[in-house]
Amino acid sequence: MTKRTIVPFGPQHPVLPEPIHLDLVVEDEIVIEAIPSIGFIHRGLEKLVEKREFQEFVYVAERICGICSFIHGLTYCHGIEQLMKIEVPARAHYLRTVWSELSRIHSHLLWMGLMADAVGFESLFMHSWRLREKVLDIIEATTGGRVIFGSCKVGGVRRDIDNAELKAIADKMQDYAREYREIGDVFLKDFTVKRRLSGVGAISGADALKLGAVGPMLRASGVAQDMRQLKYAAYGEIDFAPITASEGDCYARCAVRIGELFQSVDIIRQCADKIPSGAIEAKVTGSPDGEFYARTEQPRGEVIYYIKANGTKNLERMRVRTPTFANIPAMLKVMPGIQLADVPVMVLTIDPCISCTER
Amino acid sequence: MIEFQDLREIDLGELIAEVQKMWDAGYRLVQIGATRTDIFEVNYSFDRELKFLNFKIKLADNSQAIPSVSGIYWNAFLYENELHDLFGLKIENINIDYRGNFYKVARPAAFAEKPVAAPKIRRAAKPVDKAGTEEADR
Repeated sequence: MTKRTIVPFGPQHPVLPEPIHLDLVVEDEIVIEAIPSIGFIHRGLEKLVEKREFQEFVYVAERICGICSFIHGLTYCHGIEQLMKIEVPARAHYLRTVWSELSRIHSHLLWMGLMADAVGFESLFMHSWRLREKVLDIIEATTGGRVIFGSCKVGGVRRDIDNAELKAIADKMQDYAREYREIGDVFLKDFTVKRRLSGVGAISGADALKLGAVGPMLRASGVAQDMRQLKYAAYGEIDFAPITASEGDCYARCAVRIGELFQSVDIIRQCADKIPSGAIEAKVTGSPDGEFYARTEQPRGEVIYYIKANGTKNLERMRVRTPTFANIPAMLKVMPGIQLADVPVMVLTIDPCISCTER
Repeated sequence: MIEFQDLREIDLGELIAEVQKMWDAGYRLVQIGATRTDIFEVNYSFDRELKFLNFKIKLADNSQAIPSVSGIYWNAFLYENELHDLFGLKIENINIDYRGNFYKVARPAAFAEKPVAAPKIRRAAKPVDKAGTEEADR
């Protein structure tokens, strides 16, 4: 019998921007089992809801993550608005949709850069992040922030984007899409990248569902589930279908994210064409009462905000279930049988955001 | 549009049978979470093709044992370890039990403490000089 060895992976590792630890049980170079440890930087932000008024807490929600910050704020606001039965103006819904899709694009480009770096393709990494910078510039021009947008509030949004400016952004994004195609083709057609990703860490759609996987991890296994189908914000008026792949491996997850770049560009164009004029925020009076699960689609998958309120300014509970947390079990289940050298690639293809998970 | 959500309260004794029904019907386990009010509430959420269903059990305190559902949904071990570490809930037979070492927190079961009343923020009146202009901006 081959000798088994436990190889520690993380919490400090060149491919991990944030701390997660895996105890990898290996036989020779083959992983037999992976046991995770998280919780190195748990912040307890959910508890803070008891000391911050519900309208102020949007700022905290946005700071749960430095990549998908806007969608955290949006999900929180959506939950409060549903509890208080606030009719958010249609224009605000469209603006929220535009910023959500810009967030998705910059998050996916960030991930593509990290993936390129993990497989040792440094020029591809730099190209991905160069393109991401252009999206961050648009975000900065429209919100004033590059990481924390601060534009979402309970009842609507704080800033408007002029129709002409929105059209210009949509046009600009069409130009950028041509560049996304160039680097996307490298990811999907380059021999080396393809060999590193194809057939690694495959999971079937049925298993992914059983293990609670979400987002690109689930869609890459052929399950067409995307929380944008719940029609929050303006998604009910936008024509889109979940991007899926069938192989369920690292390559398929990469292909789904690249496909979503173009989908997001298209959604932004649709928003620019359809956005109605009018107010950008509704008046908010009173305090929320009751409980609600707000579900939205972050770049990494479904995020859930459970909100429980008692009619006062302070919520009783706010609980966040992040997509990375949901994807960890599926990641662990596909580890056995892969090469030790493929572990960083496998971990990266769930696009782990430990900052969110350690909310 | 106000989204409809199915929230059902069940007894602790019904938990395993109800969760098993969800598994048999092909539901995905979405999350398990807890809320501390005067009592402890534990919520189990499931989804199938965007149909969202939630069970809630109520416990008088966190010493009452809850059977683990990780024998049905393997991925439940993450949520159940979280409930133990943050709320001090006693969950029996978790398939991967970290025994309190899932989160490296400074205070164990900090979320089990009753919510504190939010401090009332009293904003001090701005000093006014003789000319009647506020000094605060100086």
